[in-house]
Amino acid sequence: MMEYLFLGCGIALLLLMALCLVRVVGGPTILDRILGGNVIGTKTTVLLLIIGVLYDNVSMFVDIAIAYALLNFIATLGAAKYFLRNRNLPGE
Amino acid sequence: MLWAAGFLIVAGIFFFAVGVLGVLRFPDFYTRLHAAGKCDSLAAVLVIVGIALYNLADFSPSNLLVSFKILAIAAFVFIASPTATHAVTEAALIIGVEPWTKKDEPQ
Amino acid sequence: MAKAATFFIMLTFWILMSGMFDAFHLSLGVVSCLLVTLFSHKLLFYGEPRRSWLKSFPGMMLYLPWLFWQIVVANLQVAYIVLHPRMLDLIDPCLIRFNTCLKRPISKVTLAQSITLTPGTITVNIHENEFTVYALTRSAAEALPGEMERRVGRALEPTS
Repeated sequence: MMEYLFLGCGIALLLLMALCLVRVVGGPTILDRILGGNVIGTKTTVLLLIIGVLYDNVSMFVDIAIAYALLNFIATLGAAKYFLRNRNLPGE
Repeated sequence: MLWAAGFLIVAGIFFFAVGVLGVLRFPDFYTRLHAAGKCDSLAAVLVIVGIALYNLADFSPSNLLVSFKILAIAAFVFIASPTATHAVTEAALIIGVEPWTKKDEPQ
Repeated sequence: MAKAATFFIMLTFWILMSGMFDAFHLSLGVVSCLLVTLFSHKLLFYGEPRRSWLKSFPGMMLYLPWLFWQIVVANLQVAYIVLHPRMLDLIDPCLIRFNTCLKRPISKVTLAQSITLTPGTITVNIHENEFTVYALTRSAAEALPGEMERRVGRALEPTS
């Protein structure tokens, strides 16, 4: 029964990530896209753990999830810093 | 234990959904940050703690270690998510993204 | 002193993460922890004597449950605003500045993170003593700094 709960949660997370992709693609500013990417990254960290539970192999997926969480944080910081330095935003 | 884990996970998914709806519906960048910064960090922590509890349901030393790692992810997300929000907000303020105010709304 | 503390925290983290206890992996851990300690021992303990960290620990333990409860309340409020069909009537964003009386860097950071996580407010910047906060509603803006600053002060500031 718990397996179905985890399966449902994984599918719900995928749908939510697809909705977030609307914000990433649609803009309007570049920082909206960075924010959407950050939100998707947080969801991916959780989704990796759920996949680990579904495959009955959490001990392997937890390391991947840790690496993904660190990378997501650093990527957001780096992107924010980069566009802080280049004042001229591409597009609008 | 299983019921508590299930409840935490479902609550976390609900807050994730609220966060995504907020990111889609709010009128400008700064208000979107509210939805993304708060709902996401709480929801991630709830789901992660739920998974850690579920993992502890059949108790063994290696499962305990894995649960510690999962909780370490939760602590990291809890610290990192507001910091990322600060960085993005400050970048937006310095670049000069226009904030939405009540006056702009057509009556 | 700070170097030794950094080294042992790193080593604990290594052992927790690797989960292997044979001599080969442990010696790899010691070598890499030594390298990281040499490069970046100034980052973890930021310019303070180490005793005050131990002293502020019980205060943090009292503060965190209250903070978590506030975060849950804040999320329910945001959920109400997001799910409300006429959302634009409810929000009224504004930018406010206020001065804090907190002295230590760690308590300023704690206050900033707490403000970001709780009802309708996001810390944008800290400059010396001045916080810049972006609030979602007027009532959330008026509630600052208030209760939260007092609690952070009680938890982390030295009582002198």
